[in-house]
Amino acid sequence: MSGMKNDIKLIDESGRRIDGRLYNEMRPIKIEAGVLERADGSAYIEWGNNKIIAAVFGPRETYPKHIQDPSRAVLRARYNMAAFSVDERKKPGPDRRSVELSLVISNALSSVVFLEQYPRTSIDVFIEVLQADAGTRIAGLTAASVALADAGIPMKDLIAGCAVGKIENRIVLDLNKEEDNYGQADMPVAIIPRTQEIVLFQMDGDMDDSEIKEGLKLAIDAAMKIYELEKQALRNKYVKLAGGDFDE
Amino acid sequence: MSKFTENVVSEITKDYIKKLLEKGTRLDGRNHDEYRKIEVQRNFIPRAEGSALVKIGKTQVLVGIKVEKGMPFPDTPNMGILATNAELVPLASPTFEPGPPGEEAIELARVVDRGIREGKVIDLEKLVIKENELVWVIFVDIHVLDYDGNLFDASSLATMIALLDTIVPAKKNNLGEDFKLPINHIAVSNTFVKIGNKIVVDPNLDEENIASARITISTTEDGRVHAIQKGLEGSFTVEEILNIIEMSKKIGKDIRENVIMKRD
Repeated sequence: MSGMKNDIKLIDESGRRIDGRLYNEMRPIKIEAGVLERADGSAYIEWGNNKIIAAVFGPRETYPKHIQDPSRAVLRARYNMAAFSVDERKKPGPDRRSVELSLVISNALSSVVFLEQYPRTSIDVFIEVLQADAGTRIAGLTAASVALADAGIPMKDLIAGCAVGKIENRIVLDLNKEEDNYGQADMPVAIIPRTQEIVLFQMDGDMDDSEIKEGLKLAIDAAMKIYELEKQALRNKYVKLAGGDFDE
Repeated sequence: MSKFTENVVSEITKDYIKKLLEKGTRLDGRNHDEYRKIEVQRNFIPRAEGSALVKIGKTQVLVGIKVEKGMPFPDTPNMGILATNAELVPLASPTFEPGPPGEEAIELARVVDRGIREGKVIDLEKLVIKENELVWVIFVDIHVLDYDGNLFDASSLATMIALLDTIVPAKKNNLGEDFKLPINHIAVSNTFVKIGNKIVVDPNLDEENIASARITISTTEDGRVHAIQKGLEGSFTVEEILNIIEMSKKIGKDIRENVIMKRD
C-alpha cells in the first residue's frame, strides 16, 4: 500500500470495479509452456497487463561452490523487474523489494520440488517481469512453477496462487495497478493445490480476522482455477509438439 | 542456504523437542503460547533520538532512531518518511558474516517496517516542515546483537519502544522546540513456527532451526492485522492460520499492556 490518497471511486454502484470486474473475478490469464530454446524449462504468462517470463536451469553444478548442500539441491529463484516494466524507469538490478520477493518465491517453490533427489546441485529459476501491473510475485511464481514442470524436474505438485486485496472496504480478488495503488490492503497467497496448504502468504494494509478468512477463501478458489490453466499450458506444449489437437 | 538455518541441531535434540511438543511442553518449559522473558532497556543510546535494547530470552536486539531533515517523496509531498534497515552483525552469531545486508536482513527490515507503516504507528502527516520541500525522515536501524531465535519480534518490539521515546530534534535544526514523535497506534508482532504439526510462539534458536514454516503477524490495539509474513519452505493450513491470528491478537494485547505500556 503506497499511502497515496484515495480520491477515485474503485467500485461503482453496481459493484463493478474500474476495469468492469466483479469482486470475485480474476483478470484474463494466458500461460504458455516451453517458450525459450536454451533454458531447460520455461514459461510465459500474461495476467491482465502483466507480462512475465520464467526460465529454469538445472539441476546443474552449484556456483559459488560453498552454497552447495550435500543432502539436497539448492533452489534459487531470482525475481527481476525490467527497467521499462513500470511507468517510471526502474533502476536495473536487485533492490530490497526484489530480494525479499526472490526469497519468498524460492521458499514456495522449494516446498514442492523433490530437492533431495539432486544433492550438491542447484536449480536456478529466473523470473523476468517485462511489464508490471500488480500481482507480479504470484504471476511470476505461477510461471516459475510451470517452467519447473516444463524442465522435467520432479515435483509433488505445481504451485498456484492469487492475490486478494481490500478496496472501498470490500475484499476483492486480484487487484490491478490502480486498485493496488489506492487500495487498503494487499494479500498474496499461493498454495499446493492438491492439499490446499499455504506456501506463500503475505499481507500489508488493514484487515480484521474475518476479512482475512474471506480473502483466503477467495484466493484459494482462484488458485484452483489457475492450477487448471497451468496444467492445460503444459499439455498444450505436447499437443503442439505432436502437431495435433489435444483431446482429454 | 539461509543464514538462519545453517545452525545444526543434533538429531537427539530434534527428537526431544518434538517429543516434548507432543506432551504439550517445550525445551525450556514454556507453553506453546508463552514468550521467553522479555526485558527492555529504554534510551540505551542517548546520542540517538530514540533507542531501545530488547531481550527476549537470550536474543538481544538494539534499535536506534535517528531523525533528520530531508526531501519528501514526490508521491507523498505532505508526509514524513520512515526508513527501516536491519544489520545482522557478525558478533550476533557464528553464522552471520560481514558485508552488505543479505536476504534475511532485508526480509527482517521489511517485515518490521510493514508492521509500523501499515499500522499507521507514526503520524507521518505531522512530520512536514514545508510541504513539497522539507520533511522529517525517521531512520530506524535494527542492530542484532545476539541471535537466539525470533529476531522478528525482538526487532519489532525494540522499534516500537524506541519510537515511543523518540524526540524530534527541531531545536538543533533551528525549527522551533523539540517535540515527541507523534505516535497514533501501538503495533506488536508475534512470530510462530510450525514443528511437525505443532505451532509455538516465540521460537528459540533450536526450535527455529528445526521448524518447517514460520509466520509473523503484526496487530494494533484495535485487534486489526496490518502485516503478515510467512517464512521458510513449509506450509500452513487455512485452519492453522486463522488460529494463529486469534492467538496473536491475545498475545499481542498482553505484550502491549504489560511490556510496552509498563516499560521503564
